[in-house]
Amino acid sequence: MSHALLTPFFAQADAQPQRIALVIDGQRLSYATLRDRSIGFAKHLHAAGVAPGDRVALLLDNSEALVIGLLAVQAAGAVAMALHPLTRAEKLAGILQRTDAKALLTHQAFAPAWRDALARSPACFGWVEGLGHAEHNLHTWPTADELEKAVADRTMAIAMTSAEGEDALAFISHTSGTSGVPKGVMLSQRNLRWACDVVADYLGLHAEDRIGCALPLSFNYGLTHLFMALARGATLVLDRGFMFPAAVIDGWKKESVTMAPLVPTSLGMLLRHANFNAQNLPALRSVSNAAAALPAVFQEALAQRFPDMRLFSMYGQTECTRISFLPPEELAAHPRSVGRGLAGQTHWLEDEHGQRLSLGSSGQLLVCGPHVMLGYWGDAEETVRKISIDPLTNARTLRTGDLFRSELSGHLHFVARSDDIIKTRGEKVSPREVEDALLRLAGVRECAVIGIDDTLTGQAVHAFVVADPSAGLSERQVVRHCLSFLESYMAPKSVSFVDALPKTDTGKVLTRSLRAALP
Amino acid sequence: MSSSKALVRQFLSDHFLLDAEAQRYADSDSFMARHLLDSMGFMELVAFLEEQFGIQVEDGEIVPANLDSLDAIDAFVTRKRSA
Repeated sequence: MSHALLTPFFAQADAQPQRIALVIDGQRLSYATLRDRSIGFAKHLHAAGVAPGDRVALLLDNSEALVIGLLAVQAAGAVAMALHPLTRAEKLAGILQRTDAKALLTHQAFAPAWRDALARSPACFGWVEGLGHAEHNLHTWPTADELEKAVADRTMAIAMTSAEGEDALAFISHTSGTSGVPKGVMLSQRNLRWACDVVADYLGLHAEDRIGCALPLSFNYGLTHLFMALARGATLVLDRGFMFPAAVIDGWKKESVTMAPLVPTSLGMLLRHANFNAQNLPALRSVSNAAAALPAVFQEALAQRFPDMRLFSMYGQTECTRISFLPPEELAAHPRSVGRGLAGQTHWLEDEHGQRLSLGSSGQLLVCGPHVMLGYWGDAEETVRKISIDPLTNARTLRTGDLFRSELSGHLHFVARSDDIIKTRGEKVSPREVEDALLRLAGVRECAVIGIDDTLTGQAVHAFVVADPSAGLSERQVVRHCLSFLESYMAPKSVSFVDALPKTDTGKVLTRSLRAALP
Repeated sequence: MSSSKALVRQFLSDHFLLDAEAQRYADSDSFMARHLLDSMGFMELVAFLEEQFGIQVEDGEIVPANLDSLDAIDAFVTRKRSA
């Protein structure tokens, strides 16, 4: 029985069972314990009816439960869908329905979201950590003892491998798209395994490394660090987030964290703390940045605080996990570049007519390699727009939709997105999704959502609303309404009430005019 | 019931636009466990406490023990003001 992501982990567990795999919430789990609890949970999943290929959603904070859940779903040959912890009821319900999810692994704290969503998906059952008593269709979370008993029980089997082998679907990662409905990026075992191997190689990740991850594992950037650590025998030091940077820094010091994946907002928060420096964190030798460009001031501040730090500037998309990284040694010569791609992938720039461009041009970036997704769940049309498959080789090519400029050296520079997705705090926000939510508020006649530059968050979400005068809507009401439907980072930071939206002859909103009208 | 708890409760409800459901939390409930505040939220809370209560919050004091519930904040603010 083999699984591209679990087999290397199990091999590490066999070789060094007592090595620490995971540090979370003051707990230290060894490789053997993590393996056993994951297999034990997989057996529980099977016993409850989860079969290979079934979709299992996970709505959990970074926690032992989330890690075991992710590994167990893989061990059961099922498809993991880790969702952002801020996902609200309606979005959760939509995802469970569209994917015909068999189960949801979650926590009592998320009851406002899952009670409603599970009611709308009666065929989907739940495992709820923190639930006192089982209810119809809801299991309590198995205890460590129960999991360890299940491992030993030879009458309970697990089926982590299927006929498709490494090409079996392993994850559906939901990402915001321009249509307003999140797209389910389908990633096979091979997609993620290949990306993890390449990234671990260029990061120089080895068994002595201790990765400090405070990014959500629902984000593929975080998720790759789990599988990379387990494949190489390293330790993952997990935090819930950067809510309390001092606590994260103290934890990194105590655990001698050697590397950390970051996004610009997180680095910004860490830099505000005086003890985020090389004297206090002597073990921290490399950090990586992704999701948005790192402002030059942050780069400089990091270099000042940590003179020997290796900074990896990276770029990728959920649709293929990673696309490029800049070797730290090249940072001085190409400070704003994201590098020259990945070993084993091919990539190039195309103009608007689909013609390949030579180096030193600007155009859309296309990427080809074993990491390119299988497609979007339940959306053949969008899949065909995004990837193409070579009829002879079956190689998959991804149209990133991002505009890049290349130097003659091959170094890539991000120019702009060609879609209207807003990036705030490293998270994607679909203007359409926010507009759809706004239109559900009584009194909102029309609306348009744009991103405006913001020093701390990259971009801030701003809404223009044409309101019914008699409704007497306030900015606060509008934002509160959005917060009840959307993840908090998607809600507008500010709202302008306007009499009308400027439009083209064909009725398309002229966002450029709106933007120009801002004070 | 200390007035600092009432003020902070009001601030959280106003500033983070909590709906009726979200506003039903106990003085001892963890903001993190209830997902009432995200990382930006805690930063804004600190700014509010400094302004409202005339205290200076050090880096090392931005920890759950001081800020993760109304009870914790009340104890923290009281301590800082009497120092």
